[in-house]
Amino acid sequence: MSEPAAPPPEAASADKRLDGLAAVKDAAVAALVALGLFILLIGIRTEQGPSGALVFTTRFTLLAEIVAAVFIGSLLRSLLWARAAALLARLLPRSDGAMAANVSRYLAPVFVAFALVVPILFYRNSYALGLASLIATYTMLGFGLNIVVGLAGLLDLGYVAFYAVGAYSYALLAHYYGLSFWSCLPLAGILAAFAGLLLGFPVLRLRGDYLAIVTLGFGEIIRLILLNWQDFTGGPNGVSAPHPTFFGLPFTAADNGFAATFGLAYAPAQRAVFLYYVIVALALLTNWVTLRLRRLPIGRAWEALREDEIACRALGINTTTTKLTAFAMGAMFGGVAGAFFATRLGFISPESFTFSESAFVLAIVVLGGMGSQLGVAIAATAMLGGFELFREFEQYRMLVFGAAMVAVMIYRPRGLVSTRTPSVFLHERKLVPAAVVQDARAGPETPP
Amino acid sequence: MSGAPVLAVEHLTMRFGGLTAVTDLSFAARTREITALIGPNGAGKTTLFNCITGFYKPTVGRLQLRHPGGASFLLERMPEFRIAKQARVARTFQNVRLFAGMTLLENLLVAQHNPLMLASGFTVLGLLGSRAYARAEAAAIDKARYWLDRVGLAARADDAAGALPYGAQRRLEIARAMCTDPVLLCLDEPAAGLNSRESAELNEFLRAIRDQHGISILLIEHDMGVVMEISDRIVVLDYGVKIADGAPDAVRNDAKVIAAYLGVADEEVESIGAEVDS
Repeated sequence: MSEPAAPPPEAASADKRLDGLAAVKDAAVAALVALGLFILLIGIRTEQGPSGALVFTTRFTLLAEIVAAVFIGSLLRSLLWARAAALLARLLPRSDGAMAANVSRYLAPVFVAFALVVPILFYRNSYALGLASLIATYTMLGFGLNIVVGLAGLLDLGYVAFYAVGAYSYALLAHYYGLSFWSCLPLAGILAAFAGLLLGFPVLRLRGDYLAIVTLGFGEIIRLILLNWQDFTGGPNGVSAPHPTFFGLPFTAADNGFAATFGLAYAPAQRAVFLYYVIVALALLTNWVTLRLRRLPIGRAWEALREDEIACRALGINTTTTKLTAFAMGAMFGGVAGAFFATRLGFISPESFTFSESAFVLAIVVLGGMGSQLGVAIAATAMLGGFELFREFEQYRMLVFGAAMVAVMIYRPRGLVSTRTPSVFLHERKLVPAAVVQDARAGPETPP
Repeated sequence: MSGAPVLAVEHLTMRFGGLTAVTDLSFAARTREITALIGPNGAGKTTLFNCITGFYKPTVGRLQLRHPGGASFLLERMPEFRIAKQARVARTFQNVRLFAGMTLLENLLVAQHNPLMLASGFTVLGLLGSRAYARAEAAAIDKARYWLDRVGLAARADDAAGALPYGAQRRLEIARAMCTDPVLLCLDEPAAGLNSRESAELNEFLRAIRDQHGISILLIEHDMGVVMEISDRIVVLDYGVKIADGAPDAVRNDAKVIAAYLGVADEEVESIGAEVDS
């Protein structure tokens, strides 16, 4: 409520000199604006009286408090902002230089090591274990989308479609054909990759905003099909997906269960730990494949496509197949993550695959720094962890979340890890500064 | 040193709606020669380049490319990436188009995409860590190193291409085109924005490409110092029509060419011709 109004532009220069008088004038103007804004919104009120008629009431005390808060807030902002901004800039390290390289060199193994010991640390805490699985799932989704958006530069707003295709592939194959999770996992990946090709074909000529709109539509189409094809998918009632087994041993208290076979006491946490390790292994596999692909000609062609599509074609690169492989590869990882999602929850419905999921995964990729694997993992942890941290403040969660996103985009416009690591080097590996790297927001190509 | 035509342009016409950018143009570029394409701004030079490299489909006409080995390609029927891949026509762009966020070395490796893709077994073998791919990549890096040396950028191999000064970017773009092993190299204003020392170096470099590597060059250029010095043959366009075609000396004294460049009324062309002759 006490949001100070922006100072008039002519006051901006005086502001820099920390001129006290100008700050007071500024604050007075802001207070005046607040008064004008809130006098009708807050100061005057009509309420329904006991007889049903409207009663006119005033709340001038509250109004005065708000205006005073705006005045003080604006004054503080004028006086302290310049200093605070300088301090903040010093505290937040710049993304270029060797420091980023060193940090990522040590941070990545620490991250992986921590991920591996999570079940030991939180064995008795099923909530934490569930959250860790969720973070790993979104990290894997982020890795998959990173291929499409970060490497190939194709802005995809419908990534959740592939997640849904993977999840439903497993659930329906298990439901109709009784296939197990482990045989469905590659099938879900393959089917999602086909969905990726299906999306890829019509959008080959599109780039930037136009591509984003079409992929957004594709995501909705998949969700609506799942919702309306009731005979096959169960529609809004969803479909159940069986839990996975440990090489054929179910996680139950039965005699042929996992616990009994290994002579352990049965505990429900065993399944959670197993699921957690499955998704961590899948995410690490995705990471390994992506890092490897980046060093292969196909990965370099994806990045070249992001940088300049016309130049790619002039060098004999078939941009059609290059784009389609990017879509298919990203979709495949999304599909595998989807199959895992289905088996972890044991039940899926189209509600889980709304646009907000796509937006969330895209936010992870953008926040992490497009193209950076470590950035994606950090962003997924920070966003999901942050979401859970503020669970008590249900009402303000989105507010804080949005403000945090805005702050990151102001101070780190290219994401947390914004430098690009070259795939190959002759003398020494130098990081490429973010300023020269193209991103997925680039508009349509101009003719040569 | 001149041989059979590497590129034969026959009756090429390119229309954009009501505008005819190139009208019934025929000429031939010969093997191991530097053919320059000159003309005032808007004469249709870049349009012709875009037709040759497949970015535009000509309205009328035939573009035949012959390899020294005897293979022959009709360029007007091929999509642009096949022209680069199979007919082996490489090009540079008037406004440099490098992969700015990638290093110099990566730029040159992207240019070798097709052979490397084959060596990596279309990614499958490469993903499995095949030794054959590792060898192919090492060879590709050697080739990139050779061309970086040739354009004097080996020391900056690991810098981002976008961080290079303009002249170096132009040289890198030529090196990148050379990494595709072209038969015909099409350069769109390679000397634009270069100082006199740089453009003298460029002359040497282009001659070396022609003489040592046996590559035919088609060149658009406004810098007459470059054009007259290194061209074996010059084709002059004006308003999409060929007005002269021949050796540099002949073109230099052609009345129509002078008229096109200095801009005089049609009836004055004759009198200028007389002055030049006297």
